[in-house]
Amino acid sequence: MLRFIFRRLLQAIPVLLAVSVITFLLIHAAPGGPFAEEKAVPPEVLKHLNERYKLDQPIHIQFYDYISHAVRGDLGPSFKYPGRSVNEIIAAGFPVTLELGCYALLFALLIGIGSGVCAALSPNTWRDYLPMMFATIGICLPAYVLGPFLVLVFGIWLEWLPVAGWELIPGDKILPSITLGSVYAAYVARLSRGGMLETLSRDFIRTARAKGMPEAVIIFRHAMRVGLLPVVSFLGPALAGLLSGSFVVETIFQVPGLGRYFVQGAFNRDYTLILGTTLLFASLIIVFNLIADIMLAWLDPKVRHETING
Amino acid sequence: MIRLQGLTSRGQSKKFARIFTLTPYIFRNPILPALFLFIASCGFNHETNVESGTRQGILHVGNGDEPRELDPHVVTGSIEHNLCMALLEGLLDRDPESLDIVPGVARAWEVSEDGRTYRFHLREDARWSNGDPVTAADFVYSWRRALLPALGNNYAYMLFYIRNAERFHRGEITDFNKVGVKAPDDLTLVVELDNPTPFFLQLLTHMSYFPVHQATIEAFGAPDERGTRWTRPGNHVGNGPFKLKEWVLNRSIVVEKNGHYWDAGRVKLNRIVFYPIQNATTEERMFRAGQLHITGTTPLDKVEYYRQERPEVLKLFPFFSTYYYLFNTGASPLDQVKVRQALAMSIDRQQIVEKITRAGEIPAFSYTPPEVNGYRAEPGFSYDVERAGALLAEAGYPGGAGFPPLELMYNTSEGHRRIAIAIQQMWKTALNIDVTLVNQDWKVYLDKRDARDYQVARAGWIGDYLDPNTFLDMYTSNSGNNDTGWSNLRYDTLIAQAGETTDRERRFALFREAESVLMTDLPIMPIYTYMSKALVSPDVRGWYPNILDIHPYKYISLVQSTD
Repeated sequence: MLRFIFRRLLQAIPVLLAVSVITFLLIHAAPGGPFAEEKAVPPEVLKHLNERYKLDQPIHIQFYDYISHAVRGDLGPSFKYPGRSVNEIIAAGFPVTLELGCYALLFALLIGIGSGVCAALSPNTWRDYLPMMFATIGICLPAYVLGPFLVLVFGIWLEWLPVAGWELIPGDKILPSITLGSVYAAYVARLSRGGMLETLSRDFIRTARAKGMPEAVIIFRHAMRVGLLPVVSFLGPALAGLLSGSFVVETIFQVPGLGRYFVQGAFNRDYTLILGTTLLFASLIIVFNLIADIMLAWLDPKVRHETING
Repeated sequence: MIRLQGLTSRGQSKKFARIFTLTPYIFRNPILPALFLFIASCGFNHETNVESGTRQGILHVGNGDEPRELDPHVVTGSIEHNLCMALLEGLLDRDPESLDIVPGVARAWEVSEDGRTYRFHLREDARWSNGDPVTAADFVYSWRRALLPALGNNYAYMLFYIRNAERFHRGEITDFNKVGVKAPDDLTLVVELDNPTPFFLQLLTHMSYFPVHQATIEAFGAPDERGTRWTRPGNHVGNGPFKLKEWVLNRSIVVEKNGHYWDAGRVKLNRIVFYPIQNATTEERMFRAGQLHITGTTPLDKVEYYRQERPEVLKLFPFFSTYYYLFNTGASPLDQVKVRQALAMSIDRQQIVEKITRAGEIPAFSYTPPEVNGYRAEPGFSYDVERAGALLAEAGYPGGAGFPPLELMYNTSEGHRRIAIAIQQMWKTALNIDVTLVNQDWKVYLDKRDARDYQVARAGWIGDYLDPNTFLDMYTSNSGNNDTGWSNLRYDTLIAQAGETTDRERRFALFREAESVLMTDLPIMPIYTYMSKALVSPDVRGWYPNILDIHPYKYISLVQSTD
């Protein structure tokens, strides 16, 4: 097992290096510089700015400079925010994004597994159709439709919840978490329904029933452990997606997370900020996929055998 | 229980009924717990931000975006200006309603006969937020810092009216004693200008002339170092009506009343919370839910609603800014004056402001907004489709025949797109000209504009001070902001003459003449004058609509409104 983890982590190094090279080249190839503004920047000011941020150096030197700092954990200064380092922006934004992502995931699992299992237990009845209908709508509804809709209902008509903000007013974390989580809840519901349906028709379930085992034990101990495997393998990409894909939700709900910087860094040509956030998200995707694989191995003996010996 | 009966009555097997009694409630109907979550949370907001804020003297303001910095010599935007205005004070201030110049740190001033020397008398009781006195030397230090080349101050040019300031900024002289700013004693500041600059007093209310606290700056780095930690809460020392209390990145900035401020008696607010809300729709929702007292803007599709339903909170007023198109005059066919005239005259601006922008924008036939501190530009041309057709024919394209395809570039935005489509249509109908629309990401757009790699491009300009010069001097031949390639000696001469003239009427006459040159040659085509569209709670007092859209917080108070 340890060897497997070690090997996977070792594989991550060339991946991250490739990600940084490609990102670096792409952003430098994009037209328009970080310091261009509506009001013309006087040439002498631009010259000083380029010197300060070493943009006057040849590109390979800039890259070497960046990487040699990055491996020591220094992601450089932000170009757009003169007083902020990329480390500082990530330190401020990432915990928020992580928190939002975790709540959203929690919501997705609670609602998704709940309705998925419920649907699988009584297939082709209203208990199946209703949650699956919601799941289909959930998958189709983008956050920029669902978010404002929830705000309208619960924030403005009912006045139950704040319409935007994060840690400004109690309860302001609920709507963004639900909005972000709902698409994933829908996926989880479909995955767990499918997995459970398949599992419930398997021989070992019939054996368990024949032994007279209580139905709850059959469902919780035997069926769910196998039936929810697709959900587990979906968790890694889901969490990575939740973290890097929260831009829209963050904008709608005024959440001070990292998603906004990830997207706006590109618009602002904030080179270091794009590189820093891209590298962070790339690392997260690698780590979450690894965790999902480990969990899968722990739950499924077949996979365990393949990952460790394969 | 009812649920369970319903289930058995439908003939479900007993086995399943048993599961449902055993399995947790959540499995039976997953939608219910979600609803409970909401029900449990109801009653969170008995009192809104606005209600508690009004009671406690805390103003909640939507402020556009996260400020890039709070250093007045590093930043340039209006978002930062709003914050700097609360935290710092220049020699002079503006009346919030009339925008007239009123005393700030300077209590009085004299201007020499030739309009080139200003002598300011600073008030004795002006203090920094740490209790240090604000002295004339602080201003000398701050203006020197604003001009230091390595600081990379984009607004350094605002100080170029001071003798030798530009040469110092360019590094041609290094001795700051040669620059026209002197502090003969602690409370006197003498400023010498190159030219009589009638709007110089106005410049002093702009953040590029704000003072900074020397000891604080130098405690965190060199004077010309960008982005040191001096602007952080706990470090920041200012001389404004408020002091920095809290700055959480992308969430909020809190300032509180500065007890050392000389005019603290007038300051009514205890605190201001600034929220960096980029999305106008989110901002409007927060306003509607009572989370904000004041918004920076109103989404276009909500203007009509507020106009009908809540006119008392909607503040629409002309803004000192022009929406216009640039023509690249360097290449055919736009190198011909008649073509540019035809294009400018064939647009129905009334339609654009009524059908698209819809907030009462003013159709523009001059570059400067309609009324600038007593200056009134003559309309340089008119909407005249027939005349436009004739001009195009004279230019060699009768009925649009043989006119090469034209490309119109705008920065990606729904509003710009709608206007571009309308104009594309108008040119097609009036002149039979085909126009392709190209949208570009903001930085690409700036890059292409700067490199003059475009034919027609959308643009907007906000004046820095209330004088026609802030609009007109940017189309002189050597201006860095003139991206049209247009160069006119007579125009340059007129603007230069206006710069040396003290007599107000004579000066305005020169500007009018220059503007008529600009509006005849039309390297740029004005479309409309912008409107400011703020939402302001009825609790807010001392907030006045004005053309610069500045609202000094010093004068704002909160009173529970009766309705």
